[in-house]
Amino acid sequence: MNLLDSLFYFLSALAIFSAIMVLVSKNPVHSVLWLITVFFAISGHYVLLNAQFLAIVNLIVYAGAIMVLFLFVIMLMNLNAEAEPRKNLWLKLFGILSGGSFLMVLVSLVRQTAELTGKTAQLKDGNIGLIKNLGKALFSDFVVPFEISSVLFLSAMVGAVVIGKKD
Amino acid sequence: MPIQYYIYFCLALFSLGIIGVLTRRNAIIVFMCIELMLNAVNLLLVAFSKMHHAAALQAAPQTTAGIEGQLFVFFIMVVAAAEVSVGLAIIVMMYRNTHSIDINFLNRLKN
Repeated sequence: MNLLDSLFYFLSALAIFSAIMVLVSKNPVHSVLWLITVFFAISGHYVLLNAQFLAIVNLIVYAGAIMVLFLFVIMLMNLNAEAEPRKNLWLKLFGILSGGSFLMVLVSLVRQTAELTGKTAQLKDGNIGLIKNLGKALFSDFVVPFEISSVLFLSAMVGAVVIGKKD
Repeated sequence: MPIQYYIYFCLALFSLGIIGVLTRRNAIIVFMCIELMLNAVNLLLVAFSKMHHAAALQAAPQTTAGIEGQLFVFFIMVVAAAEVSVGLAIIVMMYRNTHSIDINFLNRLKN
């Protein structure tokens, strides 16, 4: 097993373990911190796939901005000591059962798909993930969605202010 | 790295997100599980983009095939950021009205 394979397995195990810890943590602040670990592991996967721009954007936007927003909201609400009020064991059991069946069905679907055999994702080579090529494509072929997303941001900002203000 | 490994890993992350949405009652944790599912889809999109790029590189050495997948991921991140700001504002408003973020309180909206 070479270095890339062991990095892949390490990052995958880290991401799945942290995702499980997000689910089982009682304290919402701990959940946020474990989710940041998941995002770091996914950024490591992006670096492994040589998608360097997306790795940095994932760190800045997700692990930086969005998670800080979550932390601010949790601390504004002062939810630290509060546990979840009702424990419905059947609900948890059926939730885990339905999620597990979803996973089982899709894994068995992938296992018997003939088109996917022999296909490999290119690790550490290829230059489409570099910011030079992505920027060229973003400002030539995808310039209209790029501008529309700025309008989306403006409307989201106005919407967040209107919803969040005290009336 | 075979593409099946990425598919299995992303499916596991996505299923964990689904289990979190179905089992937890805290609105913020439900929201974080939705972010987890979005990230699983993002990683799978990048893996498929690199898969198509590797296949296209053998035909033409200078091709940029597969770059659309990475741009889709970029736009998904844009939409997710907007979604989080509005969704957290809604959760704050709900907490201000009910003093709880249990999502079972939301069924009072129908009256």
